[in-house]
Amino acid sequence: MAKRSSFKNTVLPTVLTYLGLAAGLVFAGFPILWMFFTSLKSNTEIFALPPRLLPDHFTNVAYLSIFNDPVKVRFFLNSYLVAGVVTLLTLLVAVLTAYGFSRYSFRFKNTLNVFIISTQTVPPITLLIPYFGMVVAFGIFNTYFALILTYMVFTLPYAILLMTGYLNTLPRELDEAVLVDGGSSWTALWRVVIPLSVPGIVATAVYTFLLAWNEFLFALTLTKSTDMRTVPIGIELLMGQHAFEWNEMMAMSVLGSLPLLILYLIAQRYFLAGLAAGSVKI
Amino acid sequence: MSLANEGLIVTPTKVRKRGMISYKTRKRLIPLFYVAPATFLFCLLMLFPMITVLRYSLMDGAIMKKDAAFVGLRNYVTIFADPVFWQSVGQTLYFTVMSVIFHLLIGLAFALLLNTQRVHPVIRSILRVLYILPWLFTAVIIAIIWRLLLDPNGVVNSILMALHIVNFKVEWFSSTKTALHALTFANIWAGYPLYMVSLLAGLQGIPKDLYEAAGIDGANEFQKFRYITIPQLMPIIISIALLDFIWTMQVFPLVWMTTGGGPIHATEVLSTYTYKLAFSSYEFSQASASAIFILIISMGATYFYIKHQKAR
Repeated sequence: MAKRSSFKNTVLPTVLTYLGLAAGLVFAGFPILWMFFTSLKSNTEIFALPPRLLPDHFTNVAYLSIFNDPVKVRFFLNSYLVAGVVTLLTLLVAVLTAYGFSRYSFRFKNTLNVFIISTQTVPPITLLIPYFGMVVAFGIFNTYFALILTYMVFTLPYAILLMTGYLNTLPRELDEAVLVDGGSSWTALWRVVIPLSVPGIVATAVYTFLLAWNEFLFALTLTKSTDMRTVPIGIELLMGQHAFEWNEMMAMSVLGSLPLLILYLIAQRYFLAGLAAGSVKI
Repeated sequence: MSLANEGLIVTPTKVRKRGMISYKTRKRLIPLFYVAPATFLFCLLMLFPMITVLRYSLMDGAIMKKDAAFVGLRNYVTIFADPVFWQSVGQTLYFTVMSVIFHLLIGLAFALLLNTQRVHPVIRSILRVLYILPWLFTAVIIAIIWRLLLDPNGVVNSILMALHIVNFKVEWFSSTKTALHALTFANIWAGYPLYMVSLLAGLQGIPKDLYEAAGIDGANEFQKFRYITIPQLMPIIISIALLDFIWTMQVFPLVWMTTGGGPIHATEVLSTYTYKLAFSSYEFSQASASAIFILIISMGATYFYIKHQKAR
């Protein structure tokens, strides 16, 4: 009797938990593994019957054909450039705004705050139509500038909210000490607040980069020539042109996901550091 | 630093020289200086475009005609009379509601599994990273992964046929019967990690003594879940579900890259409907009317979201 109830209370739930975790792993991981190994197959092997996860012959032809095609390399360079510049500009504006939000109270603070929160939920398609008109009118259609400027609308709200949250965890006494010593709030920001905010800044930068790297709708509409296209649009073009070169499209997807994967793993560490820094006593 | 010349640096000597009024004015201006760049960008990228799209929606032939005339609500009447528009509304609603429900169920299940003490912490932290993976992939990449898996000759059909669940090669994305379901499934796969991460953080924040007290009172596992876990998670569930509802309703790239709204409008959602009106038919005015419709629904949900956030 005692044995039975210990089975029912400990062994069975543990077994069920592991089964659930394994099912979850298949659900989350199988499509990704399939993508990865398809990128290492030759094109004839992709729809082999019966289907096999691992290729019979590992080959890097798909990757080579991407690296040897300047058009495709350009997609990646464009994505790195646009996402990189967007991240830098977003961080600069967001840190200033977050500093204003976290250290001061001013007249339109609440209105501005609600405005920023609601910007997160504005449909991109609603903005796209006037953006198209604006970008054409400004003469920046099909330029990096059009993408960098319009991407800020969806990166800034997150960056400001994340940074404000982070700065709120830093004790005010730190920058007040600078003011007492005769420094300005500007000095306090650059000398004290920003150096202490590195974990928050890194986490915000990673998230901003992720948003900009993944953007599709604006890039699709506000650029036109192949040399201005970013990775997501590059994959779309590849799909239209060679509908059957699955290995190459999967290789492109692996390369397109790699920076986010690496950044995420880095940021995880900083998220933890960020939590620890929340309780500084310097 | 040039700021010294602009009078932003407040030194005690300067305060005494200039007197209290200018000190107060400067104090008032400092925060405005910090929020000015963001305010400018939001005016340029939000306020101005919103007014513009509203104006477009009331004009005839916006962007395309130089002297577009004001036509009142005619564009709204036109799209409201279009059966494809209402079909898109219905499909958007199905896609969104199903996605939100299954995101929540899967996200909660994974969060509970990862929160259990029965599994070694190292395994849990590795699995947590692996379960988050779908969230890191771009919509375009999610779209082509599922196009590969759900290809008529693809691995999903092979497995289902081997198990005798289906007996022919299902054209998941190109049959009007299955396309919307296949699309919804791909979106469910891509979207649960946000719930999982938030709910896991929520679970870890529930005070342990609540469970201990319930245990003393003789509550079983299910009762603890029903009367402690769920009520404690409710605020997180509501805010994530509202945000997810808003974002899923606006989904574009996943639909565009899997089905493009087809076959024969079977997966047309509001965003693809609007996009085609604008950039395939060049009916920017009608597209603006449709875009305003999406905006109004989003803003309605956003109102509840902000109200809920403030109540927390």
